[in-house]
Amino acid sequence: MADKNSFLLRIITPDRVFYENPAGMVEFNTTEGEIGVLPGHIPMTVIVKPGILVISESQGEKKAALHSGFAEILPESVTILAEVIEWPEEIDGERARSARERAEKRLTGKSPNTDIAKAETALQRALARIEVLK
Amino acid sequence: MASMRDIKRRKSSIQGTQQITKAMKLVSTVKLQRARASAERSKGYFTSMYDTVNNILKRVGHIDHKYLTPGASARKAVIVITANRGLAGGYNSNVIKLVTRHPQWRKQDLEIYCLGTKGRDAFVRNGYAVRECDAEIVESPLYKDAAALCDRLLTSFAEGEIGEIYLAYTNFKNTVSHIPTLLKLLPVEVPEERQEKDASAIMNFEPEDAEALDMLIPKYVTSLIYGALRESVASENGARMQAMDNATSNAEEIISDLTLKYNRARQGSITQELTEIIAGAEALG
Repeated sequence: MADKNSFLLRIITPDRVFYENPAGMVEFNTTEGEIGVLPGHIPMTVIVKPGILVISESQGEKKAALHSGFAEILPESVTILAEVIEWPEEIDGERARSARERAEKRLTGKSPNTDIAKAETALQRALARIEVLK
Repeated sequence: MASMRDIKRRKSSIQGTQQITKAMKLVSTVKLQRARASAERSKGYFTSMYDTVNNILKRVGHIDHKYLTPGASARKAVIVITANRGLAGGYNSNVIKLVTRHPQWRKQDLEIYCLGTKGRDAFVRNGYAVRECDAEIVESPLYKDAAALCDRLLTSFAEGEIGEIYLAYTNFKNTVSHIPTLLKLLPVEVPEERQEKDASAIMNFEPEDAEALDMLIPKYVTSLIYGALRESVASENGARMQAMDNATSNAEEIISDLTLKYNRARQGSITQELTEIIAGAEALG
């Protein structure tokens, strides 16, 4: 990567190489909060939280729903090992909306045997999917 | 000498078998190509995963972490990946032997998690404790199934029911060589040589090491299971292809042998008939 304004972004899932191209910036959600990575970042490994992934390329922006995994950030490259990631066209909007309703119902229902953490992740996932579709 | 009719019947039955083995070989060749392609597609994920986790472990060294220290229990969980079907040469039995012939393991300490029905059959027959069996996962390996299995295993590890977790699978080296492999999943072994301060050693972690390990190791174990599944499926089809190829050429050999015998028998019977006719004519004249 001789170019100072971009780094190599690789997004790999267990089944395929999801994305592999130079990018100017990538934004996503981590356990420590939202981050945006520019070229020349210090080496860092972060854990992904469900949210939207925005890739800024020279031609424009690309969005995807990123659900879980972790990212290895180096000055000249970023590798995201994603367990689940989807392009907007791969998302079933109907399903995401019904998943959001279910998760919300579980969270507001306050029944003693609800797994709050699980319901919250489910809600975040559904929200990320809906947001990407917009 | 067997009669002409017997030889003919045997020959046609072997020809039938040969057609079946030939068809099976073709099917597994196609399946092998598909399995190999998908194993290669997912390889990048596992190598990166492996490198990252090893990197962290090298940095943190021997810290006291629940996934790095063996559990108190003497029980061991073993995930065994076999096929659902036979006729694959030594594929199934080689993996099973890894477990049953292990020099240090005792039968009563083991809990078997079978992926594939052939393994379950063998372990149940030999009186092992089979905790779980999933046949579907071998037909079409899904990451989320591997994650669910990993989740259950880590829970029983965390609760102290099992002290160690192993994985027995077949490593797909290339089309003709498949190596049965036994891998220790948990506790994760810390690589011995701690790296000197080179570029990869200066890596920051967010959150902190121990917390990062908490989240990474389940993903790491899942990816190992999933990767092993992919490799095993490729090996299974490779092994079957080889076995069926051998069977087909063996059938070919037997058929040519039988053809020779048949022709000899036919010649023999013609000669005998001729001798009888000549003898009859001479007796009359």
